[in-house]
Amino acid sequence: MNVLEDIGSSVIQRLAYVGGLTIQLCSGLIALPRVLPLVGKRGRWRAAIKQMSAIGVDALPMVAIVAACGGFILAIQSASELKRFGAMQLVVNIVAIAFTRELGPLLTAIVVSGRSGSAFSAEIGTMVVTEEIDALRTMAIDPIELVLAPKYLAAMIVVPCLTIMSSVSGILSGAGFMYLSENMTLATYLRYAIEAILLRDVVAGMLKSLVFATIIVHVGCMEGFRVRGGPEAVGRSATSAVVKSTLLVIFADLFITTMFYMMGAK
Amino acid sequence: MASPIISVRDLTVSYGDHCVLDGVNLDVERGEVLALLGGSGSGKSTMLRHIIGLERPDSGTVHVQGVDINHCSAQELKAIRRGMGVAFQGSALFSSMSVEENVELPLRELTTLADPVIEIMTYIKLAAVGLGEAGKLMPQELSGGMKKRAAVARATALDPEILVFDEPSAGLDPIVAAELDELILFLKRVFNMTVVIVTHEMSSAFRIADRLAMLYKGSLIAVEDKDSFQASKDPRIRQFLDRIPEHIADRESVQRRLRELAGVTGARE
Repeated sequence: MNVLEDIGSSVIQRLAYVGGLTIQLCSGLIALPRVLPLVGKRGRWRAAIKQMSAIGVDALPMVAIVAACGGFILAIQSASELKRFGAMQLVVNIVAIAFTRELGPLLTAIVVSGRSGSAFSAEIGTMVVTEEIDALRTMAIDPIELVLAPKYLAAMIVVPCLTIMSSVSGILSGAGFMYLSENMTLATYLRYAIEAILLRDVVAGMLKSLVFATIIVHVGCMEGFRVRGGPEAVGRSATSAVVKSTLLVIFADLFITTMFYMMGAK
Repeated sequence: MASPIISVRDLTVSYGDHCVLDGVNLDVERGEVLALLGGSGSGKSTMLRHIIGLERPDSGTVHVQGVDINHCSAQELKAIRRGMGVAFQGSALFSSMSVEENVELPLRELTTLADPVIEIMTYIKLAAVGLGEAGKLMPQELSGGMKKRAAVARATALDPEILVFDEPSAGLDPIVAAELDELILFLKRVFNMTVVIVTHEMSSAFRIADRLAMLYKGSLIAVEDKDSFQASKDPRIRQFLDRIPEHIADRESVQRRLRELAGVTGARE
């Protein structure tokens, strides 16, 4: 009986979490236009610009390095197999396609989740602990609009940009490998790479990056808003923001990839 | 007499099995300073959070300016909140903003005033609490008393009719605490504000309050003016006023537990 109760309550907790996330997502989407310059609330976009720098510009070196290493690794691994079939040229296709469709968005999301997802939850969690969120509510200011929306807008803009940079960096490091091992020039490499990539791959990659950005911002902020208690709860929320958003990003990736695969297979 | 500005009826709140507030009734009249007293865990902070509408009660109602704050439209709630300033115990200043920006925030968010007007109003509010020259500082650079005063400046930015103050003197030395008392009296006198203060500082409460309300284990046991409160015969109030310590632990249970810990035979079942 106790086991059933435990299972039931844990299911209910998870459903409540998803429900809360959905409500927050809707309020976030509604609040989004109010952050835009001109149409939005005066001066609000400045907060979004600040966030763009924190989420995007500051993450650029990290994303570029991770993607470059990933690209090189992927090229080495596929080359060691493809060499046996004399199909070294396919390494270019593999790296180019894998990065535009998959690794660019995914590696970016993992880096952003680790850097910014945890920062969001720690920032908001601290605001909860110091009663700043309560203060906002008593001032009739919506914390979603003031705190979450600028982060959301910023992430929706810079995460796709980071994703493009990450794909470029991964593909270029593949070019480095091909030059070192096969003496393939950059021009040839790029020609093969561009031939390999379809518009569909780019669209899938961009769509993924938007979905990942949404997940990272909302899970990060949600974990922050849920903080109850003291400083140690803030630390836990930062951990769980990274864990949950990474997990959800992988699930979403699986779902979107399957969707595109089925759409292509018809 | 005019209708009370805040009216709490049968407010009942429990967390799990623990009943924090048990059918509390309280009226706050326009223009008075009411001190809500009570020891730790008496439910006074919980009551405050319900009066400012941060939490919903299990049962009972809270009317502010005649509006039931738990059953009103978002617009009405917004209007109520504009007319109510809250200074939190820990000040709750936004740590990423300067003192000036903290006070400007409600003006920028909730009014359509032009920037120069906002700047002037911010300066007036800061000057009123004696922080006219501290506007550019960050909250981390302020002392405890300055933080509280900045919180008052922010709470009064929109000229609220009601000021709610959670533990104004907590963590302050007696001189700074007295300054804060004067500030509250000043605000009441000049702006005719209704002030609700949660505190356990008796001297401060007697200095500034018109009436005192005493919470004891979730029930309101007295709502009286200064003199009759001070003359009260109720043992629970006397204990509070005369600082008589609570019996914390009975000797037998301590000895029993110590025997258990020491593993003395016969102690365990």
